[in-house]
Amino acid sequence: MSSFWSMWIIVLTTISIALITWLLFSNRKITSTKENQTTGHNYDGIEEYDNPLPSWWFKMFVASIVFAIGYLIAYPGLGNFPGLLHWTSVGKWENEVQQAELATESLYKDFMSKDIPALGDDKKAMRLGKRIFANNCAICHGVNAEGGYGFPNLSDKDWLYGGAPEQIRASITQGRSGSMPAWGAMLGNDGLTSMTEYVMNLGGAKADSDSPAAQQFTMLCSGCHGADGRGNQMLGAANLSDNIWLYGGDAGRIKQSIAKGRSGQMPSHHDKLSEEKIYLLTAYVYQLSKSVDDSKP
Amino acid sequence: MDSQIPQPLYDYRAVKMFTVMAVVWGIVGMSVGVLIAAQLIWPVLNFDTPWLSFGRLRPLHTNAVIFAFGGCALMGSSFYVVQRTCQARLVGGPLIPFVFWGWQLVIVLAAITLPMGYTSTKEYAELEWPIDILITLVWVAYAIVFFGTIMKRRMSHIYVANWFFGAFIITVAVLHIVNSLAVPVSLTKSYSIYSGAVDAMVQWWYGHNAVGFYLTAGFLGMMYYFVPKQAGRPVYSYRLSIVHFWALVSVYIWAGPHHLHYTALPDWAQSLGMVMSLILLAPSWGGMINGMMTLSGAWHKLRTDPILRFLVVSLSFYGMSTFEGPMMAIKTVNSLSHYTDWTIGHVHSGALGWVAMISIGTIYHLIPVLFEKEKMHSIPAINFHFWLSTIGTVLYIASMWVNGIVQGLMWRAYNSDGSLTYSFAESVVASHPGYIVRFIGGSIFLFGMLVMAWNVWQTIRNGEALAVANSPAEVAA
Repeated sequence: MSSFWSMWIIVLTTISIALITWLLFSNRKITSTKENQTTGHNYDGIEEYDNPLPSWWFKMFVASIVFAIGYLIAYPGLGNFPGLLHWTSVGKWENEVQQAELATESLYKDFMSKDIPALGDDKKAMRLGKRIFANNCAICHGVNAEGGYGFPNLSDKDWLYGGAPEQIRASITQGRSGSMPAWGAMLGNDGLTSMTEYVMNLGGAKADSDSPAAQQFTMLCSGCHGADGRGNQMLGAANLSDNIWLYGGDAGRIKQSIAKGRSGQMPSHHDKLSEEKIYLLTAYVYQLSKSVDDSKP
Repeated sequence: MDSQIPQPLYDYRAVKMFTVMAVVWGIVGMSVGVLIAAQLIWPVLNFDTPWLSFGRLRPLHTNAVIFAFGGCALMGSSFYVVQRTCQARLVGGPLIPFVFWGWQLVIVLAAITLPMGYTSTKEYAELEWPIDILITLVWVAYAIVFFGTIMKRRMSHIYVANWFFGAFIITVAVLHIVNSLAVPVSLTKSYSIYSGAVDAMVQWWYGHNAVGFYLTAGFLGMMYYFVPKQAGRPVYSYRLSIVHFWALVSVYIWAGPHHLHYTALPDWAQSLGMVMSLILLAPSWGGMINGMMTLSGAWHKLRTDPILRFLVVSLSFYGMSTFEGPMMAIKTVNSLSHYTDWTIGHVHSGALGWVAMISIGTIYHLIPVLFEKEKMHSIPAINFHFWLSTIGTVLYIASMWVNGIVQGLMWRAYNSDGSLTYSFAESVVASHPGYIVRFIGGSIFLFGMLVMAWNVWQTIRNGEALAVANSPAEVAA
């Protein structure tokens, strides 16, 4: 804030408080000593007494003004003046986070020495991991990690960026940014329809390799999704042959994905969560997919 | 001396229409409130229909009770009070019916556009720009009629009720215009000219002063006429009215930032909002003291006069909510209460306890005078209504206090490992019993409004006419 606006705030605040104080004190005493003296006004039959201000009310008013002045000296309020305590809301928050980290540091630290797959059998680690997940991940991925429209299911065996411990850890720490370009303009409406049909059949081994869509798939899509549509975890390109659809698997939704493209954002957490917490979280997410029945995809 | 001036023939046409419409819109607005309270218990009540969904009906409820019910009560009573205390007939000619019909048009447009989903998204200022312009035109006409009448007064002084009505009219005009400034992109869509934290600050400068000047100053104007009139006692202290009026109008305008504690709003603005909210306690209570103490020497009338009971209990709720407000503005308290149902409870102790009950007392006082009847059709029905209102309000605010504190505590509870103890959905489950009690309280209050509607209808239709039919002939005693 420029020093002009800072002064502006200081002057306006000071004048306002001074005027209120003057208003209050200048009406403190009452000239007439007669009880229940009316002012002589009469409005539609309503008269007015000129009783003095109730003294408890006057004192309460003064106390609130004194408190306000004291508060504005101690805390930020008067423009750029930071207050004698140098308190800031950001500072208070940082302080609280730091204290909390200190208090729980030892709790999380011990797990770093263990292997991520081994932590899956550690009940305490999984309890802590589940809570970290509930507080930070469940809002998008669901309480049971089953995902939702646009949010990957973490409890199955399908992984966009890989399901190995280090890959999961990297996804959480750095975040991921998925981007599928829009092909609507290039394919045209007929092209979109036949491509949709082709993509839907990729999983069923019914894909017609002679159709024009097959050639276009090789030309436009296979670079990321692979020639057989099995995806590429290096790029986060989805496997199109496993009947798991992040953005819906009906013809309309698939057509929309191809025509308009898709982009997904997994935020990075290295500023939000400590390394130890991310480690535990990785272990929790890793065991989620380990514990599912292997007969399911 | 003033009483010797022969009284002019007052113009009560707009007053009558506004007063009757206040009853109608009160029932409409509160019915929507009861419906959305029920939706929070039984979500199925939105019938999977967009225009019956909570998000669209909630602004309809707030607009209907504040601007339709409260607005008609304020406009009607101010047109009545300004004439009687200035001993002058309303000026403005065709502007007077324009104020009435224009305001009704605003209300009807709100009732159509809000459920359709047209909204500027600014709380209590959701209406889109064409309606905002209509509001401005009606408001300017309202100001011309009101201040024109004051200028033509036959008294040397201006009565305190008119100071409050005047402050309400001027400030609401400024608030409405500044907050609603927007760039229209089509007839039904516009974008605010402010962005980010500035937008939030302008919005809550508006929002809080809508409470301060519309729901406080305006209704204090009402109080300053109808309480001494109904009690038949002089106002307690002229001096107190001067001090608390000027302190109230000058401090209220600073208090908005307390709606934005612990947000992106700079710390200095939050601090100023907090301390000014605390200073506001005494000026707010000045009005309560002046109203309550006006009854000294007339307390016995409370036993026999349910209208006076409405007015006095409304002052108690006013005192309670204007104490609660500054407390909630303290940052430490706010960190618990903010975003919880406590806020909704606080608003309703003001809205039901103060605004609605002072308006109801005023309506009961006005209807026999306006329609030249001896008294209301049924005094026991007024008494019954009084108890329904009081019990309904108490159930409402008590359940929201409990809910608010439960939510605030659940949201901040954490485990020894630093994780949150409860998910948000768990706090919703814990709020369910409170929602049921709130629904019951609201329904009781609404039932009272229906009792009033019946009583008003019976009075206008069948009430005994005054022996001397011409109220202007009645001399100000």
